Amino acid sequence: MIPLWLYLLVSAALFSIGTFGVLARRNGVAVLMGVELMLNAVNINLVAFWRYTAPSEINGMAFAAFVFVIAAAEAAVGLAIIISIYRSRHSVVPEDASLLKG
Amino acid sequence: MGDVNFFLGLAFVVFSLITLGGAVGVVTTRNLFRGTIWLMVSLFGVAGLYILLEAPFLAAVQVLVYIGAIAILFTFAVMLTRSLTQLSDRYNRVWVNLGGAVLLFVFLMMGVILPTWYNWTPSPSIMTATVQSTTDLGIALVDKNGFVVPFEVASILLTAAMIGAIVIARETDD
Repeated sequence: MIPLWLYLLVSAALFSIGTFGVLARRNGVAVLMGVELMLNAVNINLVAFWRYTAPSEINGMAFAAFVFVIAAAEAAVGLAIIISIYRSRHSVVPEDASLLKG
Repeated sequence: MGDVNFFLGLAFVVFSLITLGGAVGVVTTRNLFRGTIWLMVSLFGVAGLYILLEAPFLAAVQVLVYIGAIAILFTFAVMLTRSLTQLSDRYNRVWVNLGGAVLLFVFLMMGVILPTWYNWTPSPSIMTATVQSTTDLGIALVDKNGFVVPFEVASILLTAAMIGAIVIARETDD
């Protein structure tokens, strides 16, 4: 079998790339894409630990399935907010959404 | 790693490269439409990793939900906003954030991956027969001793997210 740490390495690299995308991109849609990459890295971790430490339990797979649900909800609401902000501010840069700033 | 099946290892390397290459494409490309395509590539690589981890149901859900629905949602968002014309300024404070991401990776390496690598014993005892199947997952999701409450909560969350997304994105005609 492929050692567990290789999966963890890929997952950590994917998470770091996603973090960079979230922190550095100026476009709100690209920020959400970074969040999706991070969620996928977490899911690889969950499934890998399930497969290597407790394959006879169902918990790991069920958790991964719930992460899918959260990711779908997050993408739908996040993109709706971005489109709504774009309507009122004509910008997709999160820094321009400063209506609540005192 | 002498006991690793060659084709299994090759498939792992290929899927990992697809995943990470697609991810790098997502965070570096100027054109966000291409970024969405790269996102699909990366998610496809993750689906391949699920196959290697013997979770075929999750791989199918990954292709259906992520590549089939979420990536299309991103395509719509890119096209409905002016993302394609604001191509000039991609990043803010790129070096600080790049350093932060690399630091995070190093932390993860030292905290999680190196101990795992240290304690790794290639045990052939991980049997395919004991791996839970998709049928077990389905039963566990509606079992009252399993995940039925989180399952229903997830359904409510999805409904609320759907209604919320419609309400937020709806054009107000006043």
